[in-house]
Amino acid sequence: MPSLLEVADLTAAYGATQVLHGVSFAIEAGQITAVLGANGAGKTTTLRAVCQMVRTGGSVRFEGRELVGSATENVVRLGVAHVPDGRGTFAALSVEENLRLGAYVRRDKPRVAEDIERMYARFPRLKERRHQQAGTLSGGEQQMLAISRALMLRPKLLLLDEPSFGLAPKIVAEIFRILSTINAEDKVSMLLVEQNAHLALGLAQHAYLLETGRVALSGTSQALMADESVRRVYLGY
Amino acid sequence: MEGFLHQVFAGVANGCIYGSVALALVMIYQATHHLNFAQGEMATFSTFIAWALIQQGWPYWAAFAVTVAVSFAAGLVIQRVVLRPVERAPVLTNVNVFIGLLLIFNALSGWLFDHTVKSFPSPFAQESFLKTRFFSAHEMGSFLVMMAVLLALYAFFRFTSLGLAMRAAALNPDSARLVGIRVSWMLAVGWGLAAAIGAVAGMMVAPVVFLDPNMMAGILLYGFASALLGGVDNPFGAVIGGLVVGVLENLLGAYVIGTELKLTVALVLIVGTLTLMPAGLFGKRVVTRV
Repeated sequence: MPSLLEVADLTAAYGATQVLHGVSFAIEAGQITAVLGANGAGKTTTLRAVCQMVRTGGSVRFEGRELVGSATENVVRLGVAHVPDGRGTFAALSVEENLRLGAYVRRDKPRVAEDIERMYARFPRLKERRHQQAGTLSGGEQQMLAISRALMLRPKLLLLDEPSFGLAPKIVAEIFRILSTINAEDKVSMLLVEQNAHLALGLAQHAYLLETGRVALSGTSQALMADESVRRVYLGY
Repeated sequence: MEGFLHQVFAGVANGCIYGSVALALVMIYQATHHLNFAQGEMATFSTFIAWALIQQGWPYWAAFAVTVAVSFAAGLVIQRVVLRPVERAPVLTNVNVFIGLLLIFNALSGWLFDHTVKSFPSPFAQESFLKTRFFSAHEMGSFLVMMAVLLALYAFFRFTSLGLAMRAAALNPDSARLVGIRVSWMLAVGWGLAAAIGAVAGMMVAPVVFLDPNMMAGILLYGFASALLGGVDNPFGAVIGGLVVGVLENLLGAYVIGTELKLTVALVLIVGTLTLMPAGLFGKRVVTRV
């Protein structure tokens, strides 16, 4: 039974600058896995490599299928949804249009409408602003919109790039609580990139620590939280 | 007063043509965020194809339909073959390619169909029910055709999934890929649609100004002015911009600046719009939170 996502000897480069130097990890279905590390460690690049948005070498297997060499559009069709850093919302389109776009590749139109209502039930603030231009929403609302748009795909795997970035702690807590619910209720597996290690280890069951493009440490969240060096360097105590 | 009204109505008639060209420009802009400088020459070439078919004895509307279809396909192919390599290149590179296409199509028209001025038939019979007190049958017919194209475009962008995907691909190609949109094909379809609209505009204009390789040169400028004035991302704006430019051009030419400087009106409008209200009359003022 292959893991949901298996990454082996992954390398990635932006032009002449190599960022990942052979990253290997695996995540199982149903879990939330965190990727931690300092600025420049290669966390965002790892997510972009899974979605084939950057030149990669090595192997990325999703449900046994090799992704390296595919177009991003085709990776999405396999059930991988990516919430990029900076949210990636279509600022000039309305909230509702953003959600409709999230379901672009789906063929079951009636259930798409149902899902939009479910997103509104989960994030009432989005419903209030359903016809508003997405670019005028606050940071927290845009993050909710970005997550909802990704969920409209009914993905098997949700990639989240720094969802807490630039948001007030109260909003972050709300969003992370909802992510936990989504993982439990809808059985959506998640790969979460976060600079805020404390937050990430609170949500995820497993974690990998990246340092300059390589996996330095891996294990359960409890193990990493207890680890002496992780505590000192990344958790600050 | 009679003279003034005549100028206004003639301006409206011209404005329909400008609006149609502006529609094609807006079409490509919405899909690619580029202004296609070759739009006029492509439209002229399409009109020559229709002319050639009619010369072969084809009935008008059959030639019309085939020309529109061929233009759509050609636009799609041009995007795939010529523009795809420069998709991620700087704006100026794209502009160079457009100007290259402009020259190529102009030369092709002249080479394949020679430079003698040709007449092109109007499908709207002179004395048909379309003729009114102030507009000829052809002018009224052109207006109705333009409105039909506009409504079809509006419905396409607003209500269809493909239309929404095209808008998304133009706004944010990376995010569009992340929802599974095949961005490259969206751009190609945008070009195909623009080429088809241009063909329609060309076939509406040719009966009035006669067909030769340089038919669209001046009209393209009015088309640009109309598109910018109306708001370059708004199809309705393109049409209204066209009507405004048409009427303004005629009134100013008749009463203020004389007919030689009519084209200057277009240029002044372009500069004025870009300086004073870049979003045009109806363009969306996009707000981005920093």
